[in-house]
Amino acid sequence: MSDTFFTASPHWTWYIILYFFVGGIAGGAYFLAAMLAWFGRPEDRPVIRTAYSLAFWGILISGALLTIDLGRPLRFWHMLIQSNNVPTPMFKSWSPMSFGSWAILLFGLCAGLSIVGAWWDEGRVKLVAARPFRSGTLLAKLIAGLGGALGFFVAGYTGILLTVTNRPIWADSPWLGALFLASAASTAAAALILLAPRRGASASSLAWLRAFDMRALVVELIILVVFVAWVWPIRQVWLGIWGLVLLVGVVGAGIMWPLQLHARGKVGVAPAGAWRNPAVMVLLGGLLLRVVILMASSGITHERVTALGR
Amino acid sequence: MIAISRQRPAAEPMGFFTDTTVCIGCKACEVACKNWNQLPATDGGVAEMSGDSYDNTRKLDGMHWRHVKFIEQFSAPYEGRWLLMSDVCKHCVQAGCLEVCPTGAIIRTEFDTVVIQSDTCNGCRACIAACPFGVIDINAVSGTAQKCTLCYDRLGVGLEPACSKACPTDSIQFGTVAELRARAQKRVTQLQAQGVNARLYGDDPNGPLGGLNAFFLLVDKPEVYGLPSNPQMPSSRLKKTSALSVAAAAVLGVLALVGIRKRRMDEQELIDV
Repeated sequence: MSDTFFTASPHWTWYIILYFFVGGIAGGAYFLAAMLAWFGRPEDRPVIRTAYSLAFWGILISGALLTIDLGRPLRFWHMLIQSNNVPTPMFKSWSPMSFGSWAILLFGLCAGLSIVGAWWDEGRVKLVAARPFRSGTLLAKLIAGLGGALGFFVAGYTGILLTVTNRPIWADSPWLGALFLASAASTAAAALILLAPRRGASASSLAWLRAFDMRALVVELIILVVFVAWVWPIRQVWLGIWGLVLLVGVVGAGIMWPLQLHARGKVGVAPAGAWRNPAVMVLLGGLLLRVVILMASSGITHERVTALGR
Repeated sequence: MIAISRQRPAAEPMGFFTDTTVCIGCKACEVACKNWNQLPATDGGVAEMSGDSYDNTRKLDGMHWRHVKFIEQFSAPYEGRWLLMSDVCKHCVQAGCLEVCPTGAIIRTEFDTVVIQSDTCNGCRACIAACPFGVIDINAVSGTAQKCTLCYDRLGVGLEPACSKACPTDSIQFGTVAELRARAQKRVTQLQAQGVNARLYGDDPNGPLGGLNAFFLLVDKPEVYGLPSNPQMPSSRLKKTSALSVAAAAVLGVLALVGIRKRRMDEQELIDV
């Protein structure tokens, strides 16, 4: 019997599932924008601006979800400031949640500055103070570099946070951080494929996104297989309904099917019907992956394991 | 200044030694704990029976800081035994909850016990997932994580904790950890001489988590009592999972760059043609 079976569930459910999903897209989108800002071409700027929008609004929504999930939401600032020693910062480098709180704050700042630059590019902001953040400047690139690293951290630390517990499934494998990171990359690319055409993305940019999405999906699939092999010894407690959702919803509908659709589809041509659209299916798979990982562990208690006779 | 370092205080560590062989399941400890700490009733006091056991408390949580476990080992009617154990926070020497708490709400006191400061906790629940024993949970009234404080307020004025004070059989014994370990060792030797399969759980300072300040005498495997045989600190997994995540990030970064480079080369080929 795994030692993780003797622990209690932290009741991280729908707010946290949504946060993991939205935060992953926000971080992954900013990472892709940073790659294009540094190594892409001017014609990639519509995709970059779309990614900045996704990152900015995504991280705002993430912050709201995290706050309302707290038992005492008005004390959210205790994560950042020592409440009985104001204004001394509260920071524990060895605690993923503490590290993550600061990463979300700093990533939010980068996303905020980058979106101001994107709005300047689009003529939506006329303030002179916004000018230094416009596309192509050294300052914008530096912010993109820092934000890209922070974005990828935000996308992946959630898996690390789950592993650095004593809960079943989460603590039984070291691969969750890598899995969530790969999933964040694929879902971010999928979200950009869906949204960037509205901002005038070029066919070349969209082709790059599609190629990256396919590669990220393959990486995600490989990590997922290794992860499942790792938690196979405790399959008795998760293989039921959640195992089915993982196989059909995540692997089948969310990875294999969109890989095939991507390979067959044409760039810039939106297929009819959501289930034929690889980007939509990738997003669905990314959401289901987080649902399975969170909910499968939540239901496991020592009493239930004992009742199962394991 | 709140204590967020991992250093232990110099004061004499205090704790519990629970001898499960003399527990009679009277639940006086549960009642005394609830009474002293003014813990509210679940569901406004509407009694909910477990239906399959005399144990209606079922588990430790934010409103039950003591829990008397009733373990039935019966092969047939009248053939078997009851194992009774008053469970509580172990006040681990290396505490996973204290380690992960992002607000600094969980502190180590001068008695080497682990206490959650309710006015600092914001209910993030990281400690619940980190505890290897499933001790902590949210108190529905305060909205914060709560658990046994080893009656920190009573210790401060020289009183012993309410549960051990109320225990009629001395199954729960309170004292300095060093003294309790010596007493426990004597008791194990005595029981083993009588042919009882007695063992101590959590008394070894060189064992998992650096030992437990609330440790137990058991007569069966730890798993039978709902205790992990080898409890771990959550951070024991941090390096490996972080390294794998960084490796995955590097792979994805390289794949993105490969795509950009391939696009450039394809377009160059078209221009050349």
